[in-house]
Amino acid sequence: MSELRPELEKICEWIDPGSRVLDLGCGDGALLAWLQDNRQTTGYGVEINADDVLSCLRKNVNIIQADLDAGLTDFDDDSFDYVIMTQALQALQYPNRTLSEMLRVGKQSIVTFPNFGLWKHRVHLSFKGRMPVSKALPAQWYDTQNIHLCTVKDFEWFCEERAMTISKRDIVDYEHRPNALMKLWPNLFGEVALYQING
Amino acid sequence: MSKIPENSVGIVEPQALHFDEALTLVSGKVIEQYDIVYETYGTLNGAADNAVLICHALSADHHAAGYHNEDDSKPGWWDICIGPGKPVDTNRFFVVSPSNLGHCSGSTGPRSIDPKTGKAFGPDFPMLTVSDWVNYQKRLAEQLGIKQWAAVAGGSLGGMQAMQWAIQFPDMVRHSIVIASAPKLSAQNIAFNAVARQAIMSDPEFYDGRYYDHDTVPSSGLKVARMLGHITYLSDDAMGDKFGRELKNDQLNYDYGAEFQVESYLRYQGESFAGRFDANTYLLMTKALDYFDPADVHGGNLATVFETVKAKFFLASFTTDWRFSPERSREIVRALTDAKCDVSYLEFDSNHGHDAFLVKNDNYTGAFRAYMQNIEVSE
Repeated sequence: MSELRPELEKICEWIDPGSRVLDLGCGDGALLAWLQDNRQTTGYGVEINADDVLSCLRKNVNIIQADLDAGLTDFDDDSFDYVIMTQALQALQYPNRTLSEMLRVGKQSIVTFPNFGLWKHRVHLSFKGRMPVSKALPAQWYDTQNIHLCTVKDFEWFCEERAMTISKRDIVDYEHRPNALMKLWPNLFGEVALYQING
Repeated sequence: MSKIPENSVGIVEPQALHFDEALTLVSGKVIEQYDIVYETYGTLNGAADNAVLICHALSADHHAAGYHNEDDSKPGWWDICIGPGKPVDTNRFFVVSPSNLGHCSGSTGPRSIDPKTGKAFGPDFPMLTVSDWVNYQKRLAEQLGIKQWAAVAGGSLGGMQAMQWAIQFPDMVRHSIVIASAPKLSAQNIAFNAVARQAIMSDPEFYDGRYYDHDTVPSSGLKVARMLGHITYLSDDAMGDKFGRELKNDQLNYDYGAEFQVESYLRYQGESFAGRFDANTYLLMTKALDYFDPADVHGGNLATVFETVKAKFFLASFTTDWRFSPERSREIVRALTDAKCDVSYLEFDSNHGHDAFLVKNDNYTGAFRAYMQNIEVSE
């Protein structure tokens, strides 16, 4: 698994072999390629960026070029075992719509995002008085794609409000190591949040 | 003398095969015997698993790549995609490109002589469907020693044949390449074809399709049909960029001559087409387009049709194509994903409208090449 982003390794552990997987905002297709080879999964990636789409083709990953904000109309209800969306939630125009679409087409959905509640971000904003720039959020406010950032608390409140069930949660750092502080205060010390949810 | 580019298949020569075994058509009619003209590029390998069938669209023919002689000004119609190092790489693949039955460039069609009467078939040539073409193409494959295509590829009407192949002979196609195509024609598509046909059939030189016997051709009708078709192949933007409201001469003449550049261009396109194409073939081809609807036998459910398909699909569409828009390709994608088929779908920015599949565009050819490179063939 060495070539995968640590966060993707974590997701691989959650996927049952032979599953049907839809990866939204799949980037270069690394996760799907790994799952195909090691977990014998089938399915598709959805991506809009032309260079990423080309990488997916080179990796022999089924790729559908589409805009996630336009909805998942190409897919039937409950047609996938897992719908995955890593690090894309915060860049969507309508994250709420996409999440409900995920729950519609997938039996399980897996979402990851950078936790904006992290103490460093809070310090940055409180003391420097400026929008946080960090390893997870490297862009400046004016050119960031991350237009819908949320905290662990925000996300869980959202799930509760929409009657979405959280079946798995993992709060980790950028290297995806959990530690005691994160267990105690996930919203303050968690850098990346991973959730498995269903309707 | 024009210099032939290095990444061209070079000078190619059409070949022909005669078929004695009668072909029963979807309509119930029978073609007793027929000839098929085709070109091949590259070499069939020992395992015969590297063959790619190229299917042509409405007005193209067997000449898909390379040049017929050193002085040829233009290469074959899909030369941007077929050749050494190109998406359909002739260093790896053996490419077969026939002219369809019913065509006017060597394969048996309405202009051919009916052995029973000694006269041209004309309107007696039976109506053809995409499915009939797939049937003769299968016989062609058998004659060439090909049991399974590595890929069947085409744009527009050619893409429909690629789709139909995967449906009709699932064990004979590993990959289906469907570019700028549609699962069936819309009412508007059929309407355009109907007007084109009316233009031809109302030409006084048409003689109910027996114009060969009168030693004439309905060229003004065919010209109008082509002009109309041509408008639907281009986008509004492309026409605007190319011609705008530019005048042919410096000033308006206030008459019905070709005053605007776009008029003059369309007239030229129509005339050159009418000079080389047969009107009865044009009628047949537009009908084959109208009839295409593989989902019809399954109550309109394309996903059900795809359930028995084994091929992997590569689909592509172009943003300004309004004849077969991206939405039409997505209908096919949706049916394929519902049927759990392997499919990749790409949408390319282009202002060339429907014709974009014939125009060089690095994103398009790059993605097509990347897909084709993953098709496994024996050494």
